[in-house]
Order: sequence, then C-alpha cells, then structure tokens
Amino acid sequence: MIAALTTILLCQLAGEVLARGVGLPIPGPVLGLVLMLLLLGLRDRFRARLHASLTGPQLETTGKTILAHLSLLFVPAGVGVVQRLDVFGAYATALAITLVVSTVAALIATLLTFKLVLRLTGDTEVSQ
Amino acid sequence: MSNDFAPRTFELWVFLSRSPLLWLTVTLAAYVAADRVSQATGRHPLANPVLHSIWLIGLILWATSTPYGTYFEGAQFVHFLLGPATVSLAFPLYEHRKTVLKALVPMLAALFVGSIVALGSVLLVGSLLGLPQELLVAMAPKSVTAAVAMGIANTLGGDPALTAVMVALTGILGAIIVTPLFNLLKVTDWRARGFAVGLASHGIGTARAFQVHPLAGTFAGIAMGLNALLTAILVPLALGLLAG
Repeated sequence: MIAALTTILLCQLAGEVLARGVGLPIPGPVLGLVLMLLLLGLRDRFRARLHASLTGPQLETTGKTILAHLSLLFVPAGVGVVQRLDVFGAYATALAITLVVSTVAALIATLLTFKLVLRLTGDTEVSQ
Repeated sequence: MSNDFAPRTFELWVFLSRSPLLWLTVTLAAYVAADRVSQATGRHPLANPVLHSIWLIGLILWATSTPYGTYFEGAQFVHFLLGPATVSLAFPLYEHRKTVLKALVPMLAALFVGSIVALGSVLLVGSLLGLPQELLVAMAPKSVTAAVAMGIANTLGGDPALTAVMVALTGILGAIIVTPLFNLLKVTDWRARGFAVGLASHGIGTARAFQVHPLAGTFAGIAMGLNALLTAILVPLALGLLAG
C-alpha cells in the first residue's frame, strides 16, 4: 500500500515538475493522471517480464480507496466560506442566480451535445 | 481541588483548539456524520455530505471563535489528497478504456461545448448582474476541481480562497440538481449523464455519479480531468476578451 501511494505521489510530482519546468498551462496533477495512464499501459504490456510485486492489484486498490471518498476532500476548501461571508452577504442573490444558471446551462449543454453526437456516430445507448 | 478544574480545562482547550489533531478529527467526524445521513436517506441529492459537513464545521468554528487559518492547519491533510485523487482518476479511466475510446468523438464534442458554456455563462450572467471583477475572476474556473481551479485563479490575480468556495458550491449544486434534471430530460445513457456532471461539477459531481452508477462515475472522472485541462487554457482567453 505504501509502494502504491508512493507511485501515485511520484506521478503527481513528475507532473508538477513537468508543468512548472516546461511552463505548460496544464495543472500538475492532471499531467500526473496522464503519466499514471502511461505507466499502467506499460505495466500491462510488459506484465510477463515484471516482478510479481509490481503487477499486483495494490495500485488500483489504493487509488480506488482515495476516489471512494472524493467528496470528503472538498470539505476543507468549502469551509473557507466562513472567511468570506461578507462577500456572500453583499452579493448573495446575484451569486446564487449566476451559479445556478451557469451550472444548469453547463449540465444541459454537455448532456445534449454528448447525446446528439452519440446518435450521429450511430452508437447505441448504455443505460443498464 | 475544584478550583483547579476551570483553568485546567481552559489550558486544555487552548492546546486543543490550536492543534491540527482537533480540526482534522472534526473534519472527518462531521463528514462521517453527514455521510451516514446521506446513506440513511438512500443517497438523496439534498442530503449531500459535503454541503452538510461544511455548515456543521462552520458552525463549530463560529461557536468556538476559531479562525479559518487555524482550522486549515488540521484540515490541510485532507485537502492535500485532492492532488493524489486527481492522479487516481487514471484507474477507472484505464479500467474502462475500451468503453471510453468507443465514445471518444461525443466526449470531445461535449467537452468543448460544455467547457465554453460553463465559463461563458458564468461571465455573462455574472457581469449582467453587476458582480465585481474580483468575483468574476474567482468564479470563472468554478467547474474545475479545487486544486486546479485555485491554481488558475492564483495565476490571474484572483483570490484562491474565494475560488475554492465557488468550486465547492458549484459542485454541491450540480450534485443536487443532476439526478432530477436528467430524469426530467429523459436521458438515460450513463456515459452522457456522468460526463455532464463531471464537467459541470468536478469531483463532487463525480462522487455523486459514482454513487449512482460506476460507468457514470468513470465518465464523470474523465470529464473532470479533461475540463481541468481545457479550462486552464480557456479562462485567461475569456477574461482577456472581457477586459478588452
């Protein structure tokens, strides 16, 4: 589990180094995600030649444990609202309307585009 | 002996209220309680665990006059995991790579349309309603996962703390609206539903999608990752347009 966590952190670290070092506009953790994908692909390609400790399910298990509690991770930042209650008080209505309209618009636009293009490319629905 | 009690309790409080231990414990305990309520209601959208943890902790901080900075000393250990969690999105993505590659064209189309609508609508509605520039900058990356959005706001001279709150609010809002809204629109495809909520409401939306269906969660995770990439490029462009 520690080895798995280290691998995840190494991908993030490499992502940060790459993003900052090269000056890419892409956030470090997102590059880390791409690196992890490459790593998983390489691992499965050379699976037969790798030591058993490198091909076990620990990496996936650890990653999925973190993802299982994804919404918890937003709590500390969200509590930051207590710091800015003045701003929220002053613009409460305008902020609420903006957030609701924009979120609903983004949800519907994304959903309908996805569905439309899915139909245009002749794909069948996956709803089970 | 009883005279000793009050000062000792006070000293204990002074120690605890400043230690990361207390606020880390409070964060986890509030979340466990909120998550149990969410489970008990059969994951009802309004029983969103993030929403209820936030006001519960906010209330405790207010009642104990604890500054947010002191709270964050403890809560930062949880906050830190946002980075590794972003990297971990690679696992469901890799596992479902065949399903994902099959839907590559609709995904990319939805990504571009959704990302532009999320960003454009917030700037348009916000400026029409007379929100100040400071708030518009803080709100622009609201659909992107917290770690990334705060980075974007920071580069553009926005307040990252304000952005973090906007991100959390957008996530909660999307997670609450998504199920009734998409049922109303009668769209049943899990890939489309998941992708939309991941794009509009990042990690909190993705967590909601995983609660509903694993395939929806996977597509939500992909949308969250891709939108983080695209928004990082689009926000500076859009704000440039708005200023010019």
